[in-house]
Amino acid sequence: MALDDKHEADGRVFKVVGTRPVRPDGIDKVTGRARFGADMSMPGMLVGWVLRSPHAHAQIRSIDTSKAEALPGVKAVVTRKDFTAESDDVLDNCMAGAKALYDGHAVAAVAAVSAKVAKQALKLIAVDYEVLPHVTDVDEAMKLDAPVLHKDKTDETVPAGMSKNVIQRFEYGHGDVEAGFAEADEIVSRSFKTAATHQGYIEPHACVASMGPDGQADLWVCTQGHYMVRNVCAPMLGMDIGKLRVTASEIGGGFGGKTTVFLEPVALMLSRKSGRPVKMVMTREDVLRATGPTASTSIDVKIGMKKDGTITAGWAEMRYQGGAYPGSPVQFGAMAAFAPYNLKHVKTIGWDVVTNRPKQAAYRAPGAPMGAYVVESVIDELCGNLGLDRLSVRLKNASTEGAKASYGPRFGKIGLTATLEAAKAHPHYSAPLGPSQGRGISCGFWFNFGGDTSVSLSVNNDGTISLSEGNPDIGGSRASMTMMAAEELGIPYDSVRTIIADTSALGQNEVTDGSRVTFAVGLATIKAARDAITKMCSRAAKVWGIDEDAVIWEDGHAKPAGPNAGKFPPMSLAEIAAQASNTGGPIAGHHEVNAEGAGVSFATHMCDAEVDPETGAVKILRYTVFQDAGKAVHPAYVEGQFQGGAVQGIGWALNEEYIYGKDGRLQNPGFLDYRVPVASDLPMIDTVIIEVPNPGHPYGVRGVGETSIVPPLAAVANAVSAAAGVRLTELPMSPPRVLKAIDTARA
Amino acid sequence: MVKVAIWGSLRVATEGRAEVEVDAKNLRELLDRLADAYPGIKPQIDRGVSVSIDGLIYNDSWFTPIGRGSEVVLLPRIVGG
Amino acid sequence: MTQIHVSTTINGDAGEFLCEPDETLLDVLRDRLGLTGAKEGCGTGDCGACSVTVDGRLICSCLMLGAEADGREVTTIEGMANGETLHPLQRKFLEHAALQCGICTPGILVAAKALLEKNPNPTETEARYWLAGNLCRCTGYDKIIRAVMDAAHEMRGA
Repeated sequence: MALDDKHEADGRVFKVVGTRPVRPDGIDKVTGRARFGADMSMPGMLVGWVLRSPHAHAQIRSIDTSKAEALPGVKAVVTRKDFTAESDDVLDNCMAGAKALYDGHAVAAVAAVSAKVAKQALKLIAVDYEVLPHVTDVDEAMKLDAPVLHKDKTDETVPAGMSKNVIQRFEYGHGDVEAGFAEADEIVSRSFKTAATHQGYIEPHACVASMGPDGQADLWVCTQGHYMVRNVCAPMLGMDIGKLRVTASEIGGGFGGKTTVFLEPVALMLSRKSGRPVKMVMTREDVLRATGPTASTSIDVKIGMKKDGTITAGWAEMRYQGGAYPGSPVQFGAMAAFAPYNLKHVKTIGWDVVTNRPKQAAYRAPGAPMGAYVVESVIDELCGNLGLDRLSVRLKNASTEGAKASYGPRFGKIGLTATLEAAKAHPHYSAPLGPSQGRGISCGFWFNFGGDTSVSLSVNNDGTISLSEGNPDIGGSRASMTMMAAEELGIPYDSVRTIIADTSALGQNEVTDGSRVTFAVGLATIKAARDAITKMCSRAAKVWGIDEDAVIWEDGHAKPAGPNAGKFPPMSLAEIAAQASNTGGPIAGHHEVNAEGAGVSFATHMCDAEVDPETGAVKILRYTVFQDAGKAVHPAYVEGQFQGGAVQGIGWALNEEYIYGKDGRLQNPGFLDYRVPVASDLPMIDTVIIEVPNPGHPYGVRGVGETSIVPPLAAVANAVSAAAGVRLTELPMSPPRVLKAIDTARA
Repeated sequence: MVKVAIWGSLRVATEGRAEVEVDAKNLRELLDRLADAYPGIKPQIDRGVSVSIDGLIYNDSWFTPIGRGSEVVLLPRIVGG
Repeated sequence: MTQIHVSTTINGDAGEFLCEPDETLLDVLRDRLGLTGAKEGCGTGDCGACSVTVDGRLICSCLMLGAEADGREVTTIEGMANGETLHPLQRKFLEHAALQCGICTPGILVAAKALLEKNPNPTETEARYWLAGNLCRCTGYDKIIRAVMDAAHEMRGA
């Protein structure tokens, strides 16, 4: 039988893929039965609490834990001294070493019999701080007289003579931008700022660690990648990776923020020292002060355009602060900002900068939304100045197959033009607007990636399937995997049950990130199903006494095929499964792969907004997302990704903001003041799924999770700017900022 | 020989050249030869790179073949949320 | 500190528990009674993930003391389905794919049920304002509102 990798997406008629079944974890999640990070308890469990620095920047002279240790009910106290592993940024972020680098930086932790005792113990820990000057703004941090966080983290790409807070420089592009600007009829240069925003998952970080005196440990944790947690924590604890088994709980949102560790190594160390299981749960304040928001940015951008709408050149210099350690996503901003456009002359420069803020963590298409925001704002302004249709200009310049991307490669098969054409044809684009209302358009681009993936599929004796994968399911991926397995095997959706296996059950699995799961785990699931099919065909061949090459798989049955196969009635999966013991033993398929060769994804968003000129308040009236999904496996969850990304972007554009006081402390570490969008802020979010198949996936799937947050910052900003009659250049566009812009324009 | 496009800030290591040629049949050879010929690129390769081959992105797979006419672009390691 | 003895009714069953005077109802439900369906997303009454009803009134259980439940009737997400039969809201949430990660779902379902008991025929705007105290970070609320409206429609017809 032949099951090759030929491109099969075009023209294939799907039976399960493309339908909208109820997710396998659905009942648990509507009845309260689903167990998330904080829902786990173990016998004899202690609770762990963390002491955090109240200072934005301080040398830690000493920590005296003796009084805390003496408090009845305290079973263990941990500081950085307990971690003897080689220091790295992730460990230093989990537990401060020589310096506390931001308000909220962990400096010690206790395990005690109750939260009450633990909190008392924290007060008894004496930390001797030498408070140092701090800096939280990206532009300030780049100045030569700025307080310096690290003496030795700047790399070789940074020119001599800059502040040591500047960590890395990136540059992309091609052509000669000066020559391009010389060809332009109209040039707009602007400077923009965007505030740091948090992923804002509703579930705070939580875990339960249990380590025995034999050095073996179990960890239950809400994370986007339990294999990552294992691989990162084991060396920190000086353990063999195989001795740490990590089980992923249900995860209450991540958006990139749960792709690293915070509490986990501390919980393991507390458990090791106390000999008891230890549960740790962050408060919302902890989450906002000490886990990763994304970068705040300061960006200069310049774009030239001809009267006919041709973009002649694009240039941007982008400064992203990523908190107290290297690694802001500036390179992705610099790569993605101009990616939707086929430009002859383009150049972007990115600077990675450290400040006294929490270490940034990945946030949905890391770095790209800010890049799209500035580029799409200036394109919008150019269209306005030249009196050109905003969609037509984007269509005219859009990247298509073969276009050289601003970050280097030539694009393969992509769907940007299809999203723009769908937007142009949509009734939203021609709907009338009222006074103080404006419409904004923006395109956006993001990469996908694949990575290490292991899937195992067992054929049960009754013909049902147990599918094990190793990627935490945030948005319905168990449903998608179930669907792809059922599609491939030719059996009903209900005959497959998919679970997220723990780290001892499968090979390595990369984190649930990079929009990779439906693409990479889907690919491995399809291959695992095909592996099982090959085995089932071989069993049928044995029973029939024919050559296994003469057996094909169709609609859930093995069938003889070819001239010499003989005439046998088709044998169903259930029949083959029932005879498995007699024909060679249990049947299972598996697939392990580093899924390389992922495609890219584009979207166009359209937003109508109304501005109250008296208060500066913005109301989103209508919003439509057009995005290329390659192939939508479960369309309802694809729509959900589009809608969720759009609304996170709306929050970023309008309200969300890390606000620091002069003392370097975060002033709004709670959902009252860090305001994410609520139901009454929003209209329905309309979606149009475009399907331009990805040649790198058997069904044509593209990852859809991240691209949806790239366009909304600019789509909203362009709508608000049109409604207010003045260009807004700073996010969030909170009422005071909008009002100030209106007043300044009037004056 | 394979032509490899180098992003701007790494061109200090390639005497300003935006494209360099190395003799490589697969990803592993490509990265080894680049590091040998242009030691200034090695720190970035150690920090992590992705490689775009004919528009598709590869991270680790050493034995990914690279055809003669392939378009090869060095990129920083792609991550996601 | 002496613990307080509390007699209460939870999801229709009479029961008793001991709690600290400063312990929230949410902590009592989750840590003492094993009812972990209500979630703590903020601890300050801003996210609604801990929503339950007390004597029919929708509250954030993180803002109420366990001791205050004495003599009251508490209903949580665990009391929403009737055995194997889901409440129409639960069913509609599944049909409309109105959840992604699911952490906010119990609170939103409890809040939506309280809405429909008060107002069986809400407008979309009324539903949006009623649920404005329940944060969802995954869905953008679109499918949640559709599910609530559809459930209301079905319940009115039944």
